[in-house]
Amino acid sequence: MSAAEIRSGRALLEAPPELQARRRKGKVFQWVCLSATLVGVVVLAALLIDVLVDGVAWLTPAFFTEFPSRIPERAGIKSALYGTIWLMVLVAVISFPLGVAAAVWLEEYAGKNWVQTVIQTNIANLAGVPSIVYGILGLAVFVRWMGPITGGRSVLSGALTISLLILPILIIAAQEAIRAVPSSIREASYGLGATKWQTVRHHVLPNAFPGILTGTILALSRAIGETAPLIMIGALTFIAFVPEGPRDAFTVLPIQIFNWASRPQDEFRYLAAAAIIVLLVLLLSMNALAIWLRNKYRRDW
Amino acid sequence: MTADRDSRREGPEAGPDREAARPSEAVGPASETEGPGPSVDELESEAEAGPGPAEQVQPAPVLPRRSLAAATARTWRERAIGGALFTAGALSILTTVGIVVVLVWESVAFFQRVPILEFLTGTRWTPLFLPQHFGVLPLVAGSVLVAVIAAAIAIPLGLGSAVYLSEYAPDRARRILKPVLEVLAGIPTVVYGYFALTFVTPILRSFIPGVGIFNALSAGVVVGIMVLPLIASLSEDAMSAVPRALRQGAYALGATKFEVATRVVTPAALSGIVASFILAISRAIGETMAVVLAAGMTPNLTLDPRESIQTMTAYIVQVSLGDTPFGSIEYRSIFAVGLALFVITLGMNVFGRWFLKRYREVYA
Repeated sequence: MSAAEIRSGRALLEAPPELQARRRKGKVFQWVCLSATLVGVVVLAALLIDVLVDGVAWLTPAFFTEFPSRIPERAGIKSALYGTIWLMVLVAVISFPLGVAAAVWLEEYAGKNWVQTVIQTNIANLAGVPSIVYGILGLAVFVRWMGPITGGRSVLSGALTISLLILPILIIAAQEAIRAVPSSIREASYGLGATKWQTVRHHVLPNAFPGILTGTILALSRAIGETAPLIMIGALTFIAFVPEGPRDAFTVLPIQIFNWASRPQDEFRYLAAAAIIVLLVLLLSMNALAIWLRNKYRRDW
Repeated sequence: MTADRDSRREGPEAGPDREAARPSEAVGPASETEGPGPSVDELESEAEAGPGPAEQVQPAPVLPRRSLAAATARTWRERAIGGALFTAGALSILTTVGIVVVLVWESVAFFQRVPILEFLTGTRWTPLFLPQHFGVLPLVAGSVLVAVIAAAIAIPLGLGSAVYLSEYAPDRARRILKPVLEVLAGIPTVVYGYFALTFVTPILRSFIPGVGIFNALSAGVVVGIMVLPLIASLSEDAMSAVPRALRQGAYALGATKFEVATRVVTPAALSGIVASFILAISRAIGETMAVVLAAGMTPNLTLDPRESIQTMTAYIVQVSLGDTPFGSIEYRSIFAVGLALFVITLGMNVFGRWFLKRYREVYA
């Protein structure tokens, strides 16, 4: 049989024109959907290229060691970088224990009763509250009301505000990690006479830890880019010193970016782009660390 | 994001955990009244006092008297720990109460100066210069305008992405595309603001006449890009949850892939898809920094996306950037605007989650 005959044989088996039209419509639809997906990819690429082109020339060593300045050539992100590190450390210290404790209570201690339902629903709703509303809360509670303790518009007030903001995300992630620990582990522990806390402390938490850590890092990577709530609580935009303690005034990278980006001169826009590069490098390495941890410690039960 | 997680709670995984929690509750009270079974702690302390290593492995069936006290202490410790954990969980309630109390408290003071009807129906918002007008409608209109533009961008693109990822994408493409969408969702909003100002606005100005440096269109476009991953991932979750049997049934009846995707999978996942739209629009309304940078600070009751506008969130930022004294009417106005914003977004979130539950197809 020749190739031509096979082809003609195929022709006999070909679908009727009506079905062909339906299939063509499907092909078109598939391409439309693919292009919709690619829009996201293209925009991300455009954003990264835009920022790199504008900012990479301004990434000098001095950029990291200088304070902000009115003269663009002498401006740097030292205070913003220190402020961001201060804030992140405090947020991690505050939110991690609280988030894990809340997740343990919800998953291990709370029965399926109305208290648990109310708290769970409440956490889901809190995760959808706009970040600026947390800023208003922080302004009224941490800056004004607790001002004598927190030092007013201080890095501690900022950390408390941001902690409240990321707690719902952290709790939900930690709950998922705890839920993934199979119940046979708990049953074995109870079977040996361990109490609930011993079971949680020695078996559930160690097994859930990689998942909790991943969720925490992802929550912190959300915190590192938060701007609006910190503007609300008054993280100053022009700070020419490094915070010495948690009660000091501070600024962070996103606020420095906002400050520079909102100025009309091109030079400040380039500075903003350079600071964005630093922020994105920090953020993406946190994401990469989280993904690496997730893959390294992934366990299939 | 929250909606699907919450719905997953109801899923089968929740079952075994609850079962596991129960036996221990039975153990707790029992140890109070009669001698408990030996715990790890006691085994260790017994071993120290006990005569030989053999005792370590097999403890005596009759426990010494002092273990009763130890058991009581342990019960108390267990209760204290449970209480501490509950406190951490209850903190979320305290947060919500704090938000509501703070917003309402300062708003009440605000509404003593400005009649609530004027606030809700006034069409001029000029709190920072005389004569002061406190009509919130221009700010609400600004937020709605941005959200509508964002929805017009994000809904078709997000839905298309979800259909592609769930129905068409080969495994390798999914492995690349999903992280890209996750990164897109994780970019800080201030970066989107910069992108809008320096990239999107110049492009829009090059081909649309009359677009200002600050305009609602550019802000809406980037906010749309920002919430696109939310729609894509929530809708894809909903589509992936449609049982394979439904698809196979449609194929068996001679449907093409297109027909399966549009007439079987999409309708079956509709509650999840609509919920993702609602949650995305709610997020667009609450979005702040991109709007502050790209849309400007001009309270403007307009539907023209080429003009500069001010959203509710942008007004709050504007006031806190300035030197507004505590307790002044301008300071209190941010709480009133914040209350309006909170009520709108919370209402949409609650509605979205209710919709998801109410209209979810349940496949046994």
